[in-house]
Amino acid sequence: MSEERSGANILVESLVRQGVEFVFGYPGGAVLPIYDALFGDKRIHHILVRHEAGAAHAAEGYARSTGKPGVVLVTSGPGATNAVTGVADAFLDSIPLVVITGQVATALIGSDAFQEADTIGISRHCTKHNYLVRDPADLAATIDEAFQIATTGRPGPVLIDIPKDVQVASAIWHDGPPQRRDRYAPRTQGSADEIARAVEMIAAARAPVLYTGGGVINSGPRASELLRELQAKTGAPVTSTLMGLGAFPADSADWLGMLGMHGTYEANMAMNQADLIVCVGARFDDRVTGRLDAFAPNSQKIHIDIDRSSINKTVPVDLPIVGDCATVLEQILDLWDNRKPRDLAAWKARIDTWRERESLYFPRSPQAIMPQLAIQRLFELTRDRDPIISTEVGQHQMWAAQHFHFFAPNRWLTSGGLGTMGYGLPAAIGAQLGHPDDLVIDIAGDASIQMNIQELGTATQYRLPVKVFILNNEWMGMVRQWQELTYESRYSQSYSDSLPDFVKLAEAYGWKGIRIEDESQLDAGIRAMIDHPGPVIVDCLVHKESNCYPMIPSGAAHTDMILYGDTVAGTMDDEAKALV
Amino acid sequence: MMKIKHEAEERHVLAVTVDNEAGILAKIAGLFTARGYNIDSLTVADITENHSVSRITIVTHGPPAQIDQIHAQLERLVPVHKVIDLTELGPHVERELALIKVAGTGEKRVEALRVAEIFRARPVDTTTESFIFELTGAPDKIDSFVALMRDLGLVEVGRTGIVGMIRGASEA
Repeated sequence: MSEERSGANILVESLVRQGVEFVFGYPGGAVLPIYDALFGDKRIHHILVRHEAGAAHAAEGYARSTGKPGVVLVTSGPGATNAVTGVADAFLDSIPLVVITGQVATALIGSDAFQEADTIGISRHCTKHNYLVRDPADLAATIDEAFQIATTGRPGPVLIDIPKDVQVASAIWHDGPPQRRDRYAPRTQGSADEIARAVEMIAAARAPVLYTGGGVINSGPRASELLRELQAKTGAPVTSTLMGLGAFPADSADWLGMLGMHGTYEANMAMNQADLIVCVGARFDDRVTGRLDAFAPNSQKIHIDIDRSSINKTVPVDLPIVGDCATVLEQILDLWDNRKPRDLAAWKARIDTWRERESLYFPRSPQAIMPQLAIQRLFELTRDRDPIISTEVGQHQMWAAQHFHFFAPNRWLTSGGLGTMGYGLPAAIGAQLGHPDDLVIDIAGDASIQMNIQELGTATQYRLPVKVFILNNEWMGMVRQWQELTYESRYSQSYSDSLPDFVKLAEAYGWKGIRIEDESQLDAGIRAMIDHPGPVIVDCLVHKESNCYPMIPSGAAHTDMILYGDTVAGTMDDEAKALV
Repeated sequence: MMKIKHEAEERHVLAVTVDNEAGILAKIAGLFTARGYNIDSLTVADITENHSVSRITIVTHGPPAQIDQIHAQLERLVPVHKVIDLTELGPHVERELALIKVAGTGEKRVEALRVAEIFRARPVDTTTESFIFELTGAPDKIDSFVALMRDLGLVEVGRTGIVGMIRGASEA
């Protein structure tokens, strides 16, 4: 069926055709025609956030937990610029988003009109692609292509800027399936030669490590299954980046824990001593490699990544395979067949000696709840509920990555690449919408949670039983930790002064508030949080000076980890300071 | 005190075919600024009958690993069809067009015209006391010509930047 429709209407029909359930947005002048077209439409649920950054992060949480693209709708100017942080976050963590921004009418573009911003210019380098649509006749094809680009290849955010007159003007709408354009066709398969070489290298390795990342999650649940299969057949131990947690089960005997700056000693030592590193969907990020010239010095490296620009970016590899993680893992497994790996007993015995260092150890305090303990108890008491965990950014995030354990993909939502404080609460809201019956917990810090605290209202409005578990140490803990290590404990602006009463704040928004002040209240407080059917903030007062260990200090090698109890206060040379 | 270190660099000529859509030039140029790459020259014009595809020639320099990244990052952009590293591929032709204005009278004017003949630069505008020369060639030829004109009354130089193409019958 073909009929004349307004641009706004074509947009809504296109979203429906793409199977969109939720749009996270905030109205404003330049999107009023779209909001009018959405009015009363039962096919799409619009989630009204309290700030556009919340919309983008909520869409990310929805996308990361469901594997479907998240959709954002915001107005021109401040609406768009407020959403940019979330868009940049999705770009660095490869999260599929389609972001619709209103724009001033085409005739006004460039005239410094009210609420005008050069959204295309501003978002150019933090989107996978962006469009300014100047004719409603182009809208349907543009939206279809935007979804295709956002969700295929290396996923990422795609932004569509639609001037107000284009929303009002009409064009012919054609019913039918979404259109696909052939100009975007990422390579998904490895070549036969590459796969053969990979199998040879894995079979010959005496000390292999599977180093996995967010690409395994993005590739879909099948990739996690195939990773487990490959591990079972090769016996290789597995470590993961922050973004890849959950792809491999944390209760496996061959799980090394997370690697990198706050990774385990065994994971980092295994990377350093390995003779073969198989990187699956990770990108040798600076938080992972530490000092580059000392990174895995004696290993050969295979790098499987769907984005060719990730290969040889920071670390040169011996065998690059450009392709989708699941597809390439399947190719490797097909060729591996019933091959036997080398005996890895000696390698695993060495790894066991590193495990014996117990790098995640922390001392107990009689006076205060140790933040690590709080995470451990939260994990134990929620384990049977298979919760979805989101985090903010800082010490609590790293403690969650270390002491909470994941067994399946898409259950761990965190801002890895951009490191965006304020991500966790809106992400939890998005995840809860995608998983209405699951337990969704934002593990937060007292500073981070305040960055998008306004989204408490969103959860209240949509009756979302999101839980926020704040590790409250009255500091921007990670900043303080770095100041301790690098700047002789000159705590410049890192104290969380004038904190709100989080329990009262919860109550003001219609949430339940629980305060945990003593270890004896910890389990009961967590249980009360789980048992409450609505949203809950837990204000868990923890040991104030705890630092996050183990840690590879800035500019150091994997072998130079600081473990708990090492003397570390002091200063660093300028080279290390400059590295961040 | 810390000092910034520099690596050895190479010059590369890249030919990039792209969809001729709004903002594409900003996208390419912006990629170079955003990621800290260098642009020595950049030319762009559409090359198909229906104006749907443009060819952008970029001259850049950087360490070899960075050149490889530039290639990969360009290919990552959705409107980019193809990136050809002419320097990597081998024998290729590089040409640039320049307009050079020279003013003077007497012996200098005669000498300017004589040098122009040697370089096969064509006068495209003449007054009794000036010439505009049009010169096409490899960049170093233009450099030499401009250097000679400095003593002979050079007023102004305009250069297009390089376009390049692989030698031989086939398309790169």
